[in-house]
Amino acid sequence: MNNQTKPDHISAGALDEYRPYLLRYALLQLRDNALAEDAVQETLLAALESRSKFSGKSSAKTWLTGILKHKIIDLFRKQAKETTQVSIEMALESGAGDFDALFHPDGHWNTLPQSWADPLKNLENKKFWEIFEICAKLMPANTARAFMMREFLGLSTEEICKDMQISATNCWVMLYRARMSLRLCLQHNWFGGNFEGK
Amino acid sequence: MLTCKEVSKLVSQSLDRRLSLVEWVGLRLHFVLCEGCRHFREQMAFIHRACQRYPD
Repeated sequence: MNNQTKPDHISAGALDEYRPYLLRYALLQLRDNALAEDAVQETLLAALESRSKFSGKSSAKTWLTGILKHKIIDLFRKQAKETTQVSIEMALESGAGDFDALFHPDGHWNTLPQSWADPLKNLENKKFWEIFEICAKLMPANTARAFMMREFLGLSTEEICKDMQISATNCWVMLYRARMSLRLCLQHNWFGGNFEGK
Repeated sequence: MLTCKEVSKLVSQSLDRRLSLVEWVGLRLHFVLCEGCRHFREQMAFIHRACQRYPD
C-alpha cells in the first residue's frame, strides 16, 4: 500500500481541508447553498465513518468526490420526485431555450461556428473555470439537472429518463439544449471575447 | 443530406446514445463539406472533456 495514503493518515482535519473544493463542486450542481453545505457535511461524515474502507488506490480527493456524487444523485432523485412532470413537459413544448434562432429556416447556421483554438489549454486556467461555472448556472433548472446527471455524475440517459420520468427523446432534447446553452455562453464570454489575461 | 441543425442535434445525441449507421454516415458526409459543423463537433467534445475535468 502506498504509505502516503494509509487510512490512519486521514485525520478529520485533513478531510476538512477538502471542504471548499467539495462545496464548490456541490454548489455548481445543486445551485442552493444550504443543500450544497448539507451534502458536503454528510459526505465528510460518511468519509470519517468509513475511513478504514479507503483503499488508498485513488487520491483522497477522488474518493471524497465519489461519495459526494452519490449524495448529489440522491438529492436529484428526491427533487425529481417533487417536480411535477407537467412543468418539464411544458418547458419542452414551449420551446423554452430553443436554439432555432441560431439557424436559417433552411437549417444552415446563421453564424458558422468558429474554431476554438487549442481549447484544452483553457482547462488549466482558473478564469476559464469561473466563466464555465457562470455559464453552467445560466441553464434552466431541469435542463441543468439532466446535464449534471449525465456529464458530471456519469449516469446513462436510461437512468436519467427513469429518474425524471421523461421519454428518451425528451431527455436528448434537454441534453442538447444544455450543451447548446453552455456552448453559446462560452463562445460569447470566453472564446469570442477579448481576454487579455488568457 | 442532413442540415446543420440536424447535425447539431445528432452530434449531441452521439454523446448519449449509439447512432445508427445511416445517421453516422450522414454525419461523416456532412463533416466533409461543412467546416462550421466540424468546429461544432470539436466544441461539443471539448465541453464533454471539460465536464470530466471539472474543477481541476
